Amino acid sequence: MKDFLQILLVGIGDGAVYAMLGLGLVVIYRSTGLLNFAQGEMAMFSTFIVWTMWSLGLPMWLAILGGMAGGFCVGALVHQVAVRPVGDPHEKPLAVVIVTIGLFLGVNGAAQLIWGTLDRSMPPLFGRGQVTVFGVAVAWQKIGAVIVLGVMVLLFYLLFQHTKLGLAMRAVASNSESASLVGIPVPRLLMLGWGLAAAVGTVAGVFIAPNLGLGTNLMQLTLIFGFAAITLGGFDSLVGAVVGGFVVGALSSVMPRYITIFEKMPLAPAFILILAVLLFRPEGLFGKKQVTRV
Amino acid sequence: MSSAGDGVSSAGDGVSSAGHLLEVKTLGAGYGIVEVLFGVDLVVDQGEVVVVLGANGAGKTTTLRAISGMIAATGQVTFLGESVLGRRPDQLVKRGMAHVPQGRGTVTSLTVEENLRIGAFVRSDEQIESDIEQWFEAFPRLGERRDQLAGSMSGGEQQMLAIARALMSRPKLLLLDEPSLGLAPLVTHEVFDRLREISTSTGTAVLLVEQNANLALDFAARAYVLEAGRIVLSGNAADLQGDAAIQKAYLGV
Repeated sequence: MKDFLQILLVGIGDGAVYAMLGLGLVVIYRSTGLLNFAQGEMAMFSTFIVWTMWSLGLPMWLAILGGMAGGFCVGALVHQVAVRPVGDPHEKPLAVVIVTIGLFLGVNGAAQLIWGTLDRSMPPLFGRGQVTVFGVAVAWQKIGAVIVLGVMVLLFYLLFQHTKLGLAMRAVASNSESASLVGIPVPRLLMLGWGLAAAVGTVAGVFIAPNLGLGTNLMQLTLIFGFAAITLGGFDSLVGAVVGGFVVGALSSVMPRYITIFEKMPLAPAFILILAVLLFRPEGLFGKKQVTRV
Repeated sequence: MSSAGDGVSSAGDGVSSAGHLLEVKTLGAGYGIVEVLFGVDLVVDQGEVVVVLGANGAGKTTTLRAISGMIAATGQVTFLGESVLGRRPDQLVKRGMAHVPQGRGTVTSLTVEENLRIGAFVRSDEQIESDIEQWFEAFPRLGERRDQLAGSMSGGEQQMLAIARALMSRPKLLLLDEPSLGLAPLVTHEVFDRLREISTSTGTAVLLVEQNANLALDFAARAYVLEAGRIVLSGNAADLQGDAAIQKAYLGV
């Protein structure tokens, strides 16, 4: 039992990070109506910005803020240069999704050019210490991840549900033509959505990098877990990303332990989950079903 | 809605010497290589209700979309004395032109109240909340459903919501694209009755395009007839209603 709890808690700690990446995906989905396959690579890129600033001697928290600002600019630039010219995601969803796959490769290549292919090491934000709860050891880093995740969800909830800007972003995501007709400068809001999502990704990267080592493939597996998380939670739900992240983290940690076949296929639980959700509850646990009456 | 009154009086400041709120000259537009409009001329004065009649495919919707900047166009569009051709729709909303597109165009995944609130996006005054409440009083059915998703409402309710949302920006000119489309005759009548009340009480000018000529001519003061992308006839609504050719072509008499 103690063994199970230990594994479960490790999984939930990992899940907090999947949830952060999922949060970035939800932010882009809610502000542009798009699934962004380059989300992970953008996060990796801005984590390198954090690493660069930190290794130049800046304190870690300042480096993170700098990385988020840098990530925001990268996201906004990516939208202006690569996404916006292709067209409205509502009119050409496939074309824009393909662009994000291209971006995946482009951003990865750019990072390799700038930072090379060696893995860099980054210290855990909350140190390497751990605390024992009910006889189970939990790393401070994981507790920190859960707390930071909670703050991020709260901030985004306030933004989307309680500010005019957030309402406008939701309107743009749902119906950009209508949004434009009530006076919302749609291109500017799309740019903002991309920037915000990239900034969120930075935080996810900062939590993953100490575990995996910071390399250009930092996010490639994690992104799959992030997608599994928001598929379970619902593409448009912040809370869904969190719950989904925890469930995916827990499953991916627990199942290989008890079912031997998953030991060699650590991604399999996430894939099975994606399939099951799409089959039985395509809108996810917390997602809004599209309601249309004619 | 008395609240829009101040918006109307201030509109006078920006109007050109000609005095027209909206002046459209030789407007041309189309989709890709397909030309739809071949030089449309029309004017709308302050507080005036004008209708553009025409059959399916005459270019009614294209005319509105070209005026509000939703599609590229050629010619001249002057609004409040300023040339606005080539402006984006959101820039025109700021200047006081609101467009209710065909098919209503409510944001279906937002609630009724959020739709109204987003309609006031260009405003930052203190009266937004009270305006929302006034709309709920004017349309009780919207009030009862304020927390429901707009997409869950009936066609007539969504049409009302779309109009109310457009008016939340306190426009000087409302462009309205076939509000009767897909609505039952009774509902259509209700929408038009409401529209008349609102336009009279707020002094908001309306440029309406409609296929339903009977209804539209009752509602409007002046009318244009659009045929194959050209204005072929214009005049007072009452005169057109009595015109034999109009009666034959559009009123089914």
